[in-house]
Amino acid sequence: MSIIPAPILMLENVTVDFDGFKALTDVSLTLSPCALRILIGPNGAGKSTLCDTIIGRVRPTAGRITFKDQIITTLPEQEIVRRGICRKFQTPGLLPTLSVMDNLLVAGQRNRAWWRALTTRPPAAERTRAEEILEIIGLTDRRDVLASGLAHGEKQWLEIGMVVATDADLLLLDEPTAGMGPQETQRTAALILSLLGRHAVLVIDHDMSFVETLNGYTTVLHQGQILKEGTVADIRADAEVQAVYLGRAKE
Amino acid sequence: MKVSPRLLITAAVLVLGATAPWLISSYELSLLGRFLALSILAMGITLIWGEGGILSLGQGVFFGLGGYALAMHLKLEGLDLANGDMPDFMSWSGVSALPGFWYPFANPWFALACVVLVPGAFACAFAWLMFRRRIGGVYFALITQALALAFATLLVSQQAYTGGFNGLTDYSTFDNYDITTQSAAVVIYLITFALVVAVYFGLRWLLATRWGIMLRATRDGENRVRFLGHNPLPYKVGAFTVAGMLAGIGGALFTLHAGVVSPALVGVVPSIEMVVWVAVGGRNVLWGAIAGTLLVNFAKDEISSALPSLWLYGLGALFVLVVSFLPNGIAGLFAGKTFAFKREAVK
Repeated sequence: MSIIPAPILMLENVTVDFDGFKALTDVSLTLSPCALRILIGPNGAGKSTLCDTIIGRVRPTAGRITFKDQIITTLPEQEIVRRGICRKFQTPGLLPTLSVMDNLLVAGQRNRAWWRALTTRPPAAERTRAEEILEIIGLTDRRDVLASGLAHGEKQWLEIGMVVATDADLLLLDEPTAGMGPQETQRTAALILSLLGRHAVLVIDHDMSFVETLNGYTTVLHQGQILKEGTVADIRADAEVQAVYLGRAKE
Repeated sequence: MKVSPRLLITAAVLVLGATAPWLISSYELSLLGRFLALSILAMGITLIWGEGGILSLGQGVFFGLGGYALAMHLKLEGLDLANGDMPDFMSWSGVSALPGFWYPFANPWFALACVVLVPGAFACAFAWLMFRRRIGGVYFALITQALALAFATLLVSQQAYTGGFNGLTDYSTFDNYDITTQSAAVVIYLITFALVVAVYFGLRWLLATRWGIMLRATRDGENRVRFLGHNPLPYKVGAFTVAGMLAGIGGALFTLHAGVVSPALVGVVPSIEMVVWVAVGGRNVLWGAIAGTLLVNFAKDEISSALPSLWLYGLGALFVLVVSFLPNGIAGLFAGKTFAFKREAVK
C-alpha cells in the first residue's frame, strides 16, 4: 500500500443546476496539499463554475465539498477564505484606487477584526511578507503606483500576489495568463511553479503551451463533467480529449 | 528649511478662521458659523460617499436628530418642570403635561450626549439592516431619501411633541449662559471652528489608517474584499455611523447659530442639497467638503436675497455643471495626476 497524503480538498458528486441548466454534473475531484492541479476544458465546460462552487459564490445543488477534513459546502464566502482557500478571478479583481502595496496589505491582513485596523502601521511581519511578495511578482519598483495604473500583465501578477498574500493553503487561479503575450505567460508559469512548496494550486486555463510548461496533473472538464484525468502527456495522447477539446483549440 | 505650500495654506486658514470674529461683521460671522456647522455634516458625506461609495440622500435625518436633541434642552431651560411648566408650543397645542421622553433633556449633559449618540445609534442600526442584506447603490439612496421624507412628515404631524411645522425656536440660555449676546456668538463660532478643525484632522487620521484603506477597498470591490476573507459590513456600517454622528453635531451647532430647528431643514430637499455641497467641493478630499459647503451656502445667501425665486434653478444648474464638467468638484481643479487615476477608477 502506498502512502497517499490526506487530500486538502475533496469534491464529492457535486452538481450545480442553474434553473435546469446543469453547469456541473456529478463532479468528484481530489486535490493534494502543496501540489499543482490543472483544470482545462473548452469554453462553457464549467471550469469557472467549479471555482465559484469551491469558494461559495455558487452553491451546489447536490454533493459535498470537504476542505481539510471539514465540510465547507454551505459556509459564508469570507469564512471559506479564512479557512484557507483564495481565488483569483478571471478578470483581474484588484482594488483600483489603492496602491500596489496597499492591495497586498489588504490581502495580507492576518487579524481581520475591524478594530484591529485602527492603526496607520500594519504589523512588521505583514509588511515584510508584502515586500517579499512584491519581489516574487516582480512589482517592487511599482509598489506606490495605483493598481488601476498597472499594465494588464502586471494586474494579473498583482492579483496572484494578493491571493498568495492571504497565505491560503489552496489557491485557485482562474485563467492567470488571459491576455498575456508568450513571454509574460512563461514568467507566470515560473511564478506559479515557485508557489508550490507552500500552497496547493489549482490552475484553470486553456492555453496548451502554458499547461505544458506547468506540466502538472491535469483534469479535463467537458460539458460539466470530468472527461479525463492524467499527466499532460496522457491528456495530449487521449483520443477523446483531442476530439472535444484539443482539436477545437487549434481553430 | 523649505516649508511646503500645503503647510502654509493650512496655517493661513487656521489663523484666518480663528481670528474671523475680529475680521468680519457680526452678520457675516453668524453666516460663517452656520455654514461651518454644516461643513461638519458635509465631511461625514465625504467619508461615506467619497471614500465609502455610499450615497445617502437622507443625512438631513441625522442632522435633525442632533438639532432637535439640543433644541429640546434649550426649550426646557429656565422652566420649572416640578411646577408643571411646559414649552410654549405645547400649551398652545393643548398638551396637559410634559411628555415623559422630554424630561431627561432638562439635563444639559444628557442632551449633549444625545446630540451625538441618538443619530449615531440610529445610523448604525439603519446601516446594519441595509448593508447586511447587501442593499446598496441607487436602492440605498432611494431608501434614505424616503427616510428623510418620513422623518420630516413625522415631525410636522406630531406638533404637540415636536413643535410641528415651525419646529423648535425662541431659546435664550444654555446651562444658564445667555446665548443671545454678541460675545456668546463669538464663543459659539469659536467652538464651531474648533470642532471643524478637530473633525477634519480626526477624519484625516481615520482615512490614513488601515480601516480607511479597507473602506476604500470596499468601495473599489466589495466582492474582492469578501473573497480576501474580510467582512465589509463593519467598515460600511462604521462609516455610516460616524457620518450620522457628525451630522448630529452639525445639526446641534446649526441650531445654536440659527436659533431654530424645523422640519424644513431636515427633509428631502435639504438632504439633497447636502450632497450637492460635497459634489461641488469635491468628494474625494476632505477640504472639498468644507469649501463646497461654504461656497454653495454663501452663494445661496447672495442669490436668494437678491432674487428669491432663482435659487433652486441655480442649485440645479450648479449640480448639472459640476457633474458634467467637474466630476471631482473644485478639489479636482487642484489635483494632479493621481486624481486622473482616481477618476477612471471610481465608477
